[in-house]
Amino acid sequence: MFEGFRRADLAEKLVTRIKEKAKKHYKFMEVCGTHTVTMFRYGIRKVLAPNIELLSGPGCPVCVTDQRDIDWVIEFASRNQELVFTFGDMMRVPGSKQTLFSARENGGMVKIAYSPLDAVEFADKNRDETVLFFAVGFETTSPGIAASVKEAKKRGLKNLFVYSAMKLIPPALKVLADDPELALDGLILPGHVSTIIGSKSYEFLARDYKIPCVITGFEPIDVLMAIEALIDQIDKGEPSVEIQYSRVVRPDGNPKAIETLFEVFEPKDSVWRGLGTIEKSGLGLMDEYKEFDAQSKFHLKLPEPKPHKNCICGEVLKAKKKPEDCKLFARACTPDNPVGACMVSVEGTCLAHYRYGRERS
Amino acid sequence: MKGKIDLASGSGGEATKKLVSELFLKYFGNRELQKLADSALVNVEGKIAFTTDSFVVKPLLFPGGDIGKLAIFGTVNDLSVMGAKPLFISCAFIIEEGFDSEKLEKVVKSMAEAARQAKVEIVCGDTKVVEKGAADEIFINTSGIGKIIYSRLEPSRIKVGDAIIITGAIAEHGMAVMCAREKFFDKTPIKSDCAPVTDLILPLLKGKIELHASRDPTRGGLAAVLNELAASAKVGMMIVEDAIPIKPEVKYACEMLGIDPLYVACEGRAVIFCPESEAKKALSKIQKHPQGKDATIIGKVTKGNKVILKTAVADRILDAPSGLLLPRIC
Repeated sequence: MFEGFRRADLAEKLVTRIKEKAKKHYKFMEVCGTHTVTMFRYGIRKVLAPNIELLSGPGCPVCVTDQRDIDWVIEFASRNQELVFTFGDMMRVPGSKQTLFSARENGGMVKIAYSPLDAVEFADKNRDETVLFFAVGFETTSPGIAASVKEAKKRGLKNLFVYSAMKLIPPALKVLADDPELALDGLILPGHVSTIIGSKSYEFLARDYKIPCVITGFEPIDVLMAIEALIDQIDKGEPSVEIQYSRVVRPDGNPKAIETLFEVFEPKDSVWRGLGTIEKSGLGLMDEYKEFDAQSKFHLKLPEPKPHKNCICGEVLKAKKKPEDCKLFARACTPDNPVGACMVSVEGTCLAHYRYGRERS
Repeated sequence: MKGKIDLASGSGGEATKKLVSELFLKYFGNRELQKLADSALVNVEGKIAFTTDSFVVKPLLFPGGDIGKLAIFGTVNDLSVMGAKPLFISCAFIIEEGFDSEKLEKVVKSMAEAARQAKVEIVCGDTKVVEKGAADEIFINTSGIGKIIYSRLEPSRIKVGDAIIITGAIAEHGMAVMCAREKFFDKTPIKSDCAPVTDLILPLLKGKIELHASRDPTRGGLAAVLNELAASAKVGMMIVEDAIPIKPEVKYACEMLGIDPLYVACEGRAVIFCPESEAKKALSKIQKHPQGKDATIIGKVTKGNKVILKTAVADRILDAPSGLLLPRIC
C-alpha cells in the first residue's frame, strides 16, 4: 500500500534534488502532528539541514487544547463522579492540579474512547448514568463526533453531553500567516484534515499572504515531494495551494462530512494553547443540538488555570521556541512524567524531539 | 465444569479440593502434582535458571492465544533465552469471585496443552479467590526452572561486529491483543505470535554455534530489548528498518493507529547476538523450524552507545520506549 512511498532509492534521489535546488535558507512549517512524526522518524529534518528549516506548528489537537478546558473536564470527573469518555492522549495531559488519569486514580470515572460512538453506546445502555464526551480534534475528527451527536439525538438520549474543545485549522493558519516574526517561506498542509475540507479552504494563504502551500501525505516520499514542490513554487514566484496528496485529497474535500459537521456544530471563538483566542476557530453545538452541550448544562466554577511556570509549550506550538530551549525538556518533563501537553501526545513536538531528536551522551 | 467460581473455591475446604481434582489435576496431572504436597520435589543436575512472571492480559482470549498459553510460554521463553532447557513450572491463580468456570477450564486446558508443547511439567500451584472487583477476572503467576545447557549467554559478551538476528516477524502479540481489546476493526487477520522459542534457540546451543546473548522482545518490543542490551554491553547498534520482518496486516494496523511496531510486544520471538562469522549458520538452523522461517539478520553491533535505525531517508536514534502506547486521535 505505501511501500512505494518509503523507497530508499526514491528518497535519496529526492534529497539530492532538493539539496541542489535549495540555494538559500527556507523556513517551512507543517501543522500536522503526523507530519512532525514522519519528519523525525525518517530523519528528514537532519538530512535537509541547514538550508531547509522545518518547523512544527500547532498541529496536534491534544497539545493545542487550552488548560481551562482540561481543568473543566478534570473537575467534572472528580467532583461529579460521573463518567467521562475521552481520547487516550487527553488522559495524561496535566491540568492545573492533576491529569484525567490521576482523577481516575482518585475515584473519578474516566474511560478511554477510541470512537465517539463508544460514548453513545454506553449512554444508550446506561440511561440513568450521565455521560460526558470530551471532544478534541480537528476537521478529521469532528465530522465523526457530529455524526455521533446526531445518532444520540436519533436515539433520544438525555444523558449524554459533549464538551467541545474541537478546533478548525484554517483560522489558526491565518494567525500564523499574520505573524511577522515567523515569516514563513511555505506551509506543508495536513493530509487528513484536507481530505475533509479540501484545498479550497487554504486558498487565502496563497492569494492574500503569498505563502506557497502544499497538501501532502504522511510517508517520507510524500513529505520530500512537498518540500521540493514548495521550493519550485518559490523559484517560479507563483504561490499556490498544490495537492501532492492527490490519491486522497480533492479541491472540495468531502462535502458530505462537512455538511454533517455544520449541521451539528457552528464556528465559535476558541482558545488555543500558545495562540490565545482565535475568532471562529472552535466548534460549538448549534441551537438544535444545545441539549447535548455540557457547558450549558453544568456550571462549574473554576479557579484561574495555573500553567507550569517554566513550561514553554505555548511558544513551541507557535514554533517561536524549540523544545530544547525549555528548562524542563528531558529533565523534569519526560514522556513518563510529562509537564506540558506537547510531551504527552504521540504527535506532540516535544515528544518527537525527545524520542527521535535527542543526542544522548 | 459449570457455574461460577465462588469464594469457597479458594477457601481450602471441600470446594477447593473439588476444583483442584476436577480441573487442575485433570489437565496438569503428573506424578509430582498428584501428590498435592506442600512443595514439589524435583531433580535437576547442575546449574539452573529460575524465573517468575505474572500475567494480567485483557481480554483473556485473543486471536492466537489466551492468558493460559501466555503464562506458560512467557516463563518458558525467559528460561530459553538464558540458554536453559525449561523443565518445571509452578502456577498460581488469583481468580475474581464469579468468574465463569467454563472459561477457567478453557484457560487451564490451554495451559496444559502449552506445557506439553514446551515439554515442561506443572509441578506445583496455588489458587486464591478474591471478592468481586478485587481482580479483573483472573491473574496467573508462573515460575519456572530450567537446566542450563549453555551458560555463556549474557549481555556482557555482546561484541562490536556481532550480527543481530530476529527469529520472526515482530509486533504481532501486542497488536493482536490491542485489536481484540479495543475492537478497532470488524475483522483482522492479526494473530499473536505466542509460542515457545526453546526449539529455535536450543538447537543452536547444541549445534555448537557460538552465541553471545539472546533476549525475548516482550513489553516495549524490539526497541526496548536493543536499548537495554546496548546499555548493559556498553555498545552501539545499527538496525536496518527495511530488514525487520513485519507482516503486512500488522504494519497496516500500526500505521492506522499511529503506533510504531518497533515498540510493540512479541511473545514468540527472540533476538540473538552472535559473531558475524556464525550468523549464517545460526540463521539457516533457525529457519529450518517453521516458527523461524522469517528469521533474518536485522543489523549489527557497533561502537558507541546508541541504537541507530537506518530508515529509507536517513539514520536516526531508536530510543528506549517511554510514555504509553496509545493510538493517535487524528
